[in-house]
Amino acid sequence: MSTPTIPDKGEQRTQDAAALDKTPSGAGPDDGPGPLQRLAANPRALLVLVSLLVVVVSAAVTGSGAWPRGWTLDIETPLNDLDNWLVDNRETSPIFLYFLLHISNFAETSVDAITGLLESMGWLGVTLVGTLIAWAAGGADLSRRALRTGGTALGVFIVCGVLEMWEATMETLALMTAAVFASALLGALLGLAAGLSDRCERLLRPVFDTMQVMPAFAYLLPLLLMFGIGVPSALIATVIYAAPPMARLTSLGLRSADPAALEASTSLGSTPWQRLRTARVPLARRQMMLGLNQAIMMCLSMVVLASLIGSEGLGDEIYQALGSLDIGTALTAGTAVVLIAVLLDRTTSAAGERLDAVATAGTTRLMRRVRAGVWGLVLVLFGVFAAKGSVFSESEWPEAWTVDITRQLDSAVGWFTDHLGSGVPVLGGTVTWAQGFTEYMLNPLRSGLLATPWWALALLVAVVGWIVGTWRAAATGLVCLALVGVMGLWEVSMDTLSQVIGGLLLTVVVGFAFGVLAARVERVDRLLRPVLDTMQTMPQFVYLIPVIALVGLSRSAGIIAAVIYAAPAVIRITAQGLRYVDAAAMEASLSLGATGKQQLLQVQLPLARKSLLVGVNQGVVLVLSMVVIAGLIGGGALGYDVVQGLSKGNLSQGLPAGIAIVCLGIMLDRLTQPASARRRDQ
Amino acid sequence: MNSKRIRNSVIAGIGVISVLSLSACGAAKTSSSGGKDDKVVLAEPSWVGAQANAAVVKKLMEDELDVKVEAKQMDEPVAFDALNSGKADAILEDWHGVPKKEKKYVEEKKTVVSGGDLGVVGHIGWFVPKYYADKHPDVTDLKKLNKYAKDFRTSESGDKGHFIGAAPSYSQHDKGLIKNHKLDFKHIPSGAEAAQLKEIQRLYKAKKPFLTYWWEPQWMNNQIDMVEVKLPKHTPGCETPESEAKCGYETNQLEKFMNKDFADSDTDAAKFIKNFKWTTKDQNQVAGDIAGKKMKPEDAAEKWIKANKSTWEKWLPKK
Repeated sequence: MSTPTIPDKGEQRTQDAAALDKTPSGAGPDDGPGPLQRLAANPRALLVLVSLLVVVVSAAVTGSGAWPRGWTLDIETPLNDLDNWLVDNRETSPIFLYFLLHISNFAETSVDAITGLLESMGWLGVTLVGTLIAWAAGGADLSRRALRTGGTALGVFIVCGVLEMWEATMETLALMTAAVFASALLGALLGLAAGLSDRCERLLRPVFDTMQVMPAFAYLLPLLLMFGIGVPSALIATVIYAAPPMARLTSLGLRSADPAALEASTSLGSTPWQRLRTARVPLARRQMMLGLNQAIMMCLSMVVLASLIGSEGLGDEIYQALGSLDIGTALTAGTAVVLIAVLLDRTTSAAGERLDAVATAGTTRLMRRVRAGVWGLVLVLFGVFAAKGSVFSESEWPEAWTVDITRQLDSAVGWFTDHLGSGVPVLGGTVTWAQGFTEYMLNPLRSGLLATPWWALALLVAVVGWIVGTWRAAATGLVCLALVGVMGLWEVSMDTLSQVIGGLLLTVVVGFAFGVLAARVERVDRLLRPVLDTMQTMPQFVYLIPVIALVGLSRSAGIIAAVIYAAPAVIRITAQGLRYVDAAAMEASLSLGATGKQQLLQVQLPLARKSLLVGVNQGVVLVLSMVVIAGLIGGGALGYDVVQGLSKGNLSQGLPAGIAIVCLGIMLDRLTQPASARRRDQ
Repeated sequence: MNSKRIRNSVIAGIGVISVLSLSACGAAKTSSSGGKDDKVVLAEPSWVGAQANAAVVKKLMEDELDVKVEAKQMDEPVAFDALNSGKADAILEDWHGVPKKEKKYVEEKKTVVSGGDLGVVGHIGWFVPKYYADKHPDVTDLKKLNKYAKDFRTSESGDKGHFIGAAPSYSQHDKGLIKNHKLDFKHIPSGAEAAQLKEIQRLYKAKKPFLTYWWEPQWMNNQIDMVEVKLPKHTPGCETPESEAKCGYETNQLEKFMNKDFADSDTDAAKFIKNFKWTTKDQNQVAGDIAGKKMKPEDAAEKWIKANKSTWEKWLPKK
């Protein structure tokens, strides 16, 4: 389970090497110019400092910095009109009759068909065929990879059965299959368009950004209005969220194809179409597999949301368990979600690795036949079980073979939160820390942002955007900020922004600390990996209640949830960046007599600056994606507006708040994405 | 040049496919209830009381009437859309939390009809824990509340008292109340019912003072003792608009709603749901078993059914 942006290894190297030329030799005492001189030599830093000064001074002078009221637009009325129109015309308008309803009926039938198929195959059939598919994807031989993949699949099915989650797991699996298929297809098509044409790429980039940053809660409501409740809306919401990574990576793969290979293909006289089919797409295969893998992970993270609008499965179990504060059941269902993620992740990445291996090393004819035979067997078994599955086994996992551990889990979590919450001697426990964090960090930050006049903040955004990125980044940031103001959401947005900044700081601190540790100590890395996987795939709803037990219903609770979700990506990117630092540079610093600390601070970290920045950027995006979840547990602000918009069925409240979150997201993304990083994937 | 040609062909291809797929199909079916007539779908909001309703109804209908029942989890706004489209047949407990949708579907479109009262009475108000009210008896007087505001301060509310607001989907006008009675409190909403319950559980355990939006029926009332702060009496329409609201909450006869076609179908299932009516005490008993004792809903329902035959016999349609 890797993170969306993975700097290409080769490129990273060359950049690091280039950076090395500029840095003075890392070891030895620092005898560079003093801070003031350095500042004077660097007009950009000076500019940032000046604009910061403007912000502080103007905030102190004016005291309140709200967006002028006259400059807001009334967006509520048109949205309410749209809402009414949709409800009134659902059954009569041709847009619905000839287009949207077809989509929703088709989605419904296909998911129903898959559910029915899984049901009629029975538990034995599903386990057998699933294991066989995983084994075949891993290579269908006796190699470690194939056996491990098959074994994982078998284990996952058994554990889901034993935990009494079989039926829910099958429902989720059915929805996931349809969702993954649809998002992979859509993603590949969009990626193809973006990969082949620069204009498409430029057009689609902001679309992808919006699709990923827009909280699903905000578009669930319009989807509900258009497609009705249940499977169709859930499916489409999932596809909207999961298609972008597939599209991005497909496009990246098409663009980074070896020019020599393409040249060769052209000189052999192939037509563009042939070249696409025989050279470009095959060369992009690795990235596309990674995209598929990412799409699957994204789909799974929507499981609980899908249950909010009436689809069944594991998400439903979790959501229902929360109502009675039954953490045990929620955790069990969450475990099943994590296991499905593990299953799908391992299977697709094994398939990807095998494709790579075949492409480089080739394969024997015998192996090819064996593989064809195995796939044939899978198909035959599929047919047999689908037709006669009930003969061999019940559709559900036998009850005698289940274990109920929900109560034990419940009391274990309870014990843990009680003792950590306020029982730690001397240090006081998490409740006190959270209060301190709110009082000394969040409250000043929020009142500071609220006191800053909008024009001063705009100036700061523009300057930072221009310095970190390009003038275009600055302009984008400004437009986003203005949009927030025009929608009349300035104050709430500043509240959210203060929480995002607080969450981001924590995430970056935690992420860098563990990232450095993981990069330098092999054992930590190995211990962390499964923990990080779980943190990323465990549905956030599961840990919301324990978090409240730890720190109370407050903004800190939301921030902790965000850190849990966002830190893994930062840890991974940091560790990866540090590990790929040019070995020669490391060796050189060692031979110059640098200590471990000096080596880390003066060689490794500066050289890995690029990937650290990518880490920060990912942190921003992920923390922001948790704003709505934070709204569920006391975060308030924009997140709460979005939740209330959905749960009251109020389009004119939820959608603007969602758009404001997207604006903040795009703004922060542009401010943290260095220009060179952007140039790289163009 | 070549990439342009590829692009053009790709675009042309997509265009052709989409035109084909559009022209190939006629008007789509608008209702999705077809083919599922044998199964009754209940919309089940996410709180435990609703779970108790659904569990008992499901168990009785399956055992006594031999009707297959599916309880689908959805909150009130979604449930009304589902009742309208026929994706759900009935909701057993509606708190009148979505007046806009209720008006649209029940009065204007007439696709949803009332199924009568549930019998359970909903009551919403402001509450403080008993251990605090015992020490400061006059805290239940709205006018004296400001005197105690400093006891309720938290890091979230700053120099004002912390008012724990309701989950977003619940009927509420607390912000207006706080403003219009000039209370020195800050309204801090809970994002979800579960979050509010957990927070109250935590504060109650630590014996901290708190002021919260709270309601009955609620399974946690079996575990904790709360005392109500008296709000001015509710008169019809006094809570709208919120900016001028000064009154408390109305005592709410919780109501059942049904899909019109289902209600008119005159089947045993429809009759049974119309007849279904029990008391707050009944519901709290089942809900308490589910949430407090962590019983499975079907087991808790079975326990209640065994002990209360005389109550549910009246719900069965006469043969």
